[in-house]
Amino acid sequence: MDPILIFIQALNGLQLGIMLFLMAAGLTLVFGVMNLINLAHGSLYMMGAYLAATLQQQTGSFLLAVLLAIPLTILIGMLIEVIVLRSLYDRDHLDQVLATFALILFFNELVRIVWGPQAYFMAAPALLSGSMQILPGVSYPVLRIGIIAVGMAVAIFLYVLIAYTRLGMLIRAGATNREMVGALGVNIRLLYTLVFGLGAALAGLAGMMAGPILSVEVGMGESIIILTFVVIVIGGIGSIRGAFIASIAVGVADTFGRVLLPPALASMVIYVLMAAVLYWRPQGLFPAHG
Amino acid sequence: MVKQKYPDLRQIVLLFVLAAFLTVPLFGELFYTRLFTRIMIYAIVALSLDLILGYGGMVSFGHAAFFGFGAYTVGILAQHGVESAFLAWPAAILGSAAIAAVIGAISLRTSGVYFIMITLAFAQMLYYFFFSLEVYGGSDGMPLASRNTVAGLIDLGDHNSFYYLVLAFMLLTLFFSRRMVQSRFGMVIQGVRENERRMRSLGFATFRYKLVCFVIAAAIAGFAGALIANQSLYISPAFMHWTRSGDILVMVILGGMGSLFGPMLGALFLLLTEEVLSGFTEHWMILLGPLLIIIVVFARRGVYGLLCGAKDVV
Repeated sequence: MDPILIFIQALNGLQLGIMLFLMAAGLTLVFGVMNLINLAHGSLYMMGAYLAATLQQQTGSFLLAVLLAIPLTILIGMLIEVIVLRSLYDRDHLDQVLATFALILFFNELVRIVWGPQAYFMAAPALLSGSMQILPGVSYPVLRIGIIAVGMAVAIFLYVLIAYTRLGMLIRAGATNREMVGALGVNIRLLYTLVFGLGAALAGLAGMMAGPILSVEVGMGESIIILTFVVIVIGGIGSIRGAFIASIAVGVADTFGRVLLPPALASMVIYVLMAAVLYWRPQGLFPAHG
Repeated sequence: MVKQKYPDLRQIVLLFVLAAFLTVPLFGELFYTRLFTRIMIYAIVALSLDLILGYGGMVSFGHAAFFGFGAYTVGILAQHGVESAFLAWPAAILGSAAIAAVIGAISLRTSGVYFIMITLAFAQMLYYFFFSLEVYGGSDGMPLASRNTVAGLIDLGDHNSFYYLVLAFMLLTLFFSRRMVQSRFGMVIQGVRENERRMRSLGFATFRYKLVCFVIAAAIAGFAGALIANQSLYISPAFMHWTRSGDILVMVILGGMGSLFGPMLGALFLLLTEEVLSGFTEHWMILLGPLLIIIVVFARRGVYGLLCGAKDVV
């Protein structure tokens, strides 16, 4: 294969991986800290995309739409946490799966009622549309480079947040022993709501950035949430580092699978990858608990 | 426990439901005959998931994959001219069992949340496989020209005969499953659910027991898939979509897991609720979602749990 094509596809894979990382980081954080499995994480992704698309139509500015849609997505996430999920932390995972599955049904239908069944298309902002030369004779869409840059920035932000700040210390402590953290006088309920809000922000951001690439439609959250599950299972549930490495691996594997293999087989590549990793390490690459 | 001399509420309800099922075709309304055929087929799937979920404690979120695989087996064989149920149905059962043996062998190495996500991911893998398999309809699915034949014994194309055949199979599956969970094998499976490490210390090869249980449940689901292909005369990847797995899971929980009857009642309850709600509004899912959340939060043992009172149900 042509080396330039390989390079382009590697960048595409990286870009998909970055999107997956934004989703996986929030999901794995929520699981690591609250021991909650949240299927409705994809719904926050979808809500973020729809809110941004609508705000962009109203205001005419992509940046303004994103800046307004992120707090709204956080608000939705926190409302879900307070109204529904808070009572499920002590339940087994089966109950959590069912309740968050019900949330997906609810949000999909809500979107169908408010925005209708047809797909929306978001225009990329002028600054990010078009292509740029990244190597002599090789051009690549600016938007995708922007996504990679934003994702990298978020990864660094998360690393600093969790390793060096007081909130990050509480998150790590909460993941290790939540009773102890509560006994030491930390408002654990508030911490949970904040972590959930952070996860919602990341999911919403991923949705907004996916908007100009994919179409904004009902069910868009479900196609990415399954990939996200594959990512965090490979990376080790609860581990941000694992989520980052596994995201890139899944993104690249999926992209190259689609280029090199017939469609029916290409769709299976990442699952084979997952099976292989699990056969070798049943707890994922970087198991966070025990 | 002392054996009860008089039938309790549960037995009365079950007898009533059975009697109702026996009489549905007598009303001669094709709509209801078809609806209840579908309900019975889903009751079989829900029952099979209960074997691994309620008795084995394995939360599989990919059960629809085996259901859909059974349906596709019938469809693909029909496209190649094999229309006899004596060939197609056992092929659906064996095919689903074989797939489950592979998926189970990998998935059962893990447990807890990992198991939930892996079964989900494998089911999606099969979904995308059939979704992109253009030879057999791809994303559009494939129609089935006619129902399978049973060597001219009965005409499955007749809705009433098909209804009673499905009813017979449902009762047969229930009988078989009850025998299974009460057998030594079933006891071991329930022991593993309660405390796997202890069962292993007692000398049981727990992995093998779990895998066999997983495969049996998948085989039953594959059989139900063969039936649904015949019922709807149309096979599409939607049968194995993960929301379908979610629906089946909901049926089991809604009815009360670990009771066999419960999940079947759950199938009846969920599909009837869908029918009723969709009569009110096309956006019935916006009502179903919150309803499910309320049931999960407040009524944890399902419909069957309510019938039984405090005892018996896990």
